[in-house]
Amino acid sequence: MKELSLHILDIAENSVNAGASEVEITVLENINKDILTITIKDNGKGMDAETVKRVTDPFITSRTTRKVGLGLPFLKAAAEACQGSLSIHSQLGVGTQIEVNFQHSHIDRMPLGDLQTTFLNLLIGYPQVHWIFNYQVDEKSFTLDDQPIKEILADVALSDPSVINYLKKVISEGVNNINQDNN
Amino acid sequence: MNAIKSLDDLKNVREAALAKRKISENSGSTQVIVGMGTCGIAAGARETMKSVLDYIEANNIENVVVTQTGCIGLCEQEPIMQVVLSGKEKVTYGKVNPDVAKKIMKEHVGSGNLVQDHVITL
Repeated sequence: MKELSLHILDIAENSVNAGASEVEITVLENINKDILTITIKDNGKGMDAETVKRVTDPFITSRTTRKVGLGLPFLKAAAEACQGSLSIHSQLGVGTQIEVNFQHSHIDRMPLGDLQTTFLNLLIGYPQVHWIFNYQVDEKSFTLDDQPIKEILADVALSDPSVINYLKKVISEGVNNINQDNN
Repeated sequence: MNAIKSLDDLKNVREAALAKRKISENSGSTQVIVGMGTCGIAAGARETMKSVLDYIEANNIENVVVTQTGCIGLCEQEPIMQVVLSGKEKVTYGKVNPDVAKKIMKEHVGSGNLVQDHVITL
């Protein structure tokens, strides 16, 4: 994959498959410390310690864990190529938190890419999930919690043309205000 | 954007959508599903979905519900898109790039004609 935003979309997919009703995604760019951190936290079914050990190693993924797939190993390899790391905290019945770090200025770090489209697709594509998106660059931050939006919309679909237009505007303005020229 | 002002805007959006819906009450809703597993994403599914949303927005298409799903086991055919017209069988399309997605929206969702070149027989 060519963008960190595509990885975010992919890892969030795991959360949905794990039955999460709430997923919080945080992208934090700390320019001074030269770190880019992505955190994806869900309240899905969680994993036991044995499964956590397996999911980042594509070579010992057995058929029973196949649905976890290649997404996490890809992302872990990408992080480790940039002086970074990937960690998983998970508890059965509670949820999973994936945190991945990159050296921000590393020559091999993928660009963040089209974060706006990743957020928009998740929000519209999985209406049953409560999404919270955070994007922060140093002190500037943007948060989108979709709960108030869904309360107002009630029975109007998220893929209604005028709602798509509204969501695009809110997400693009929010992300663009934060993200000037550091990617 | 000011958060509160923005939610007020949303209330207006909702009112307008509801008013329009009353006019076109008779047509049932169409489902469009885009495969968004690792295989789909790697093959460009995010841009396929964006293309569908852009088409709906640009052409003001009502009553279409767009959702995502995970890998359905046909990774070599990704990006995959499925269309379910109200009361009809689900139709699965393979190798749906953004242009093909627009074509499916126009011909299948818009006029009820399948885009035969991309139909996958399950």
